[in-house]
Amino acid sequence: MASDVLRSVRELLEQHGKPEREVYLDSENSGLVLGEALEEMLRVCREAVGHPSVTNRPGWEAYEALYRASERIARAIGARVEELAYTHSGTEANNLAILGLAKAQKGRRKIVVSAIEHLSVIFPAEELTKAGYKLVKVPVDEEGFVKLDELSAAVDRETLMVSIGLVNHEIGAVQNLKALVEVVKDRDEDIVFHTDAADALGRVRLDVEELGIDMATFSSHKVYGPKGAGALYVRGGIRLEPILQGQLSTQRLWPGVENVPAIAGFGKAVEVLTSRFEEYVSHMQRLRDMLIGGIMSSVEWVLLNGPRGSRRSPDNVNMSFLYCEGEALTVELSMHGVYVSSGSACTSRALEPSHVLLAIGRRYEEAHGSILMKVTPMHTKEYVEYVLEQLPRAVERIRSIAPIRGE
Amino acid sequence: MSRVSSRIPLPYSPKVIELFRNPRNLGRIEDADAEAKAGSLACGDMIAIYLKVDEKTERIVDARFESYGCAANIAAASILTEVIKGKTLREAWQISWRRVSDELGGLPAVKYHCGILAVGALRRAIRAYYRRREKPAWLPSSLTPEEKQTLEEEKMMVLLTKRLRGLDASSSK
Repeated sequence: MASDVLRSVRELLEQHGKPEREVYLDSENSGLVLGEALEEMLRVCREAVGHPSVTNRPGWEAYEALYRASERIARAIGARVEELAYTHSGTEANNLAILGLAKAQKGRRKIVVSAIEHLSVIFPAEELTKAGYKLVKVPVDEEGFVKLDELSAAVDRETLMVSIGLVNHEIGAVQNLKALVEVVKDRDEDIVFHTDAADALGRVRLDVEELGIDMATFSSHKVYGPKGAGALYVRGGIRLEPILQGQLSTQRLWPGVENVPAIAGFGKAVEVLTSRFEEYVSHMQRLRDMLIGGIMSSVEWVLLNGPRGSRRSPDNVNMSFLYCEGEALTVELSMHGVYVSSGSACTSRALEPSHVLLAIGRRYEEAHGSILMKVTPMHTKEYVEYVLEQLPRAVERIRSIAPIRGE
Repeated sequence: MSRVSSRIPLPYSPKVIELFRNPRNLGRIEDADAEAKAGSLACGDMIAIYLKVDEKTERIVDARFESYGCAANIAAASILTEVIKGKTLREAWQISWRRVSDELGGLPAVKYHCGILAVGALRRAIRAYYRRREKPAWLPSSLTPEEKQTLEEEKMMVLLTKRLRGLDASSSK
């Protein structure tokens, strides 16, 4: 059976072929790793083989690598090392934030999230409604910004927590998080404010103290570190319960051995992004605007999803191509070495298009034709030029197959 | 037996990729004897089938398609037009979505609806052909499962679209 599957994958790859040029723009889903982060991960893999909570020399070496990474991450976000809990992904960190808080805090039974949160926030929150919690999804405006008055109306003394992402993963809207936190804390200081900051780190300035948040989620592969590491910042004094049981690790909130090599790469990636913050952000912004501008001027029937300018994440390009189905476009682009993702129903594995695009008022057909691209510090102008050469052709081809055209 | 299990994230067989790259019978037939569309832009899936039929023998002499949808959708419509060419309308009517799936090397569960939509569009086209002609005994008056599911998908999207617009109206005050 396994060999059948492998044969199918092999045939599929052969049928697809290896494009001469390749531009990886699917950082939403995972991908490019910074050279420094990769080196650090490999070094730790080789040199720190132990379990970081075991009392032998290899264990202490692993602990040293883990602690060094923690210092790098904590410094970058203005936190203390003890305030970080490691998981193996951003999804796990979001689950820990929501389910772990609900487990520890009895009494308050209301959770408030924005309508455009990542599904790893929305699904655990929905899960809690089965246990009698009330869930409010606060709407956003057509650019993806949370409506302050709606948030203010949603929170009350029954509210356990609010979870609103600092930078939206799909449309790149950068929330005015400080203002949102103030609205919530004005109503009741005891409401815990969590933010999924996986897509914010390295893209916008982020200091947990300055923002006034209580919990924040981070993910290694979202900052060009390796896959397999996530972190949850939990402000000292906020009590959570672990949601998985097992042997204790160096930390209380997540059992099992930490993925030390991945965390080491994660820490290094964060350090690199922080030290070259201005350079990388303005570089990505230039590429982003070149990509958006180039597409707008060369393709008809196209919409930009999300805000423009400085209120948009510097890496995010999300556009809807009308009369052009998004998944077909991702496959066509893939054959030409341009790797992107789509908010089309077909790609979601759920047959419903992106809830984020529907929440900002996009129609179904607009969501089906959406393409998400993220530029990285590792891309250059030449990459974008290649995409701008391939994309109009690809859209043209997919549109030429359809029974309905824009006329 | 499908070769690609639906438990793995591989919606595409090599055959699907091949037909996506080089679709057979793509395009309209301007003077078609019968044509029909199934699905909608809102569904994210739409297939149009065009037929040229020999009136005497009721044999399909040419079949073409257009598709708005994913690669599997394009491949399903393309393979169906290949299969029905040269067949009588009655024979073409018998082709099920499973046959389409098998011809493509096995569609995974998340892509079944592509095969269903292609067959739904074809059967609509065949019904359209007999609209102005005497209806043969083999053509059922009630809808087949593929036609029903196609219709349900279309209806559901109209409903969802209305609900979405309704939500908009209430939240924007």
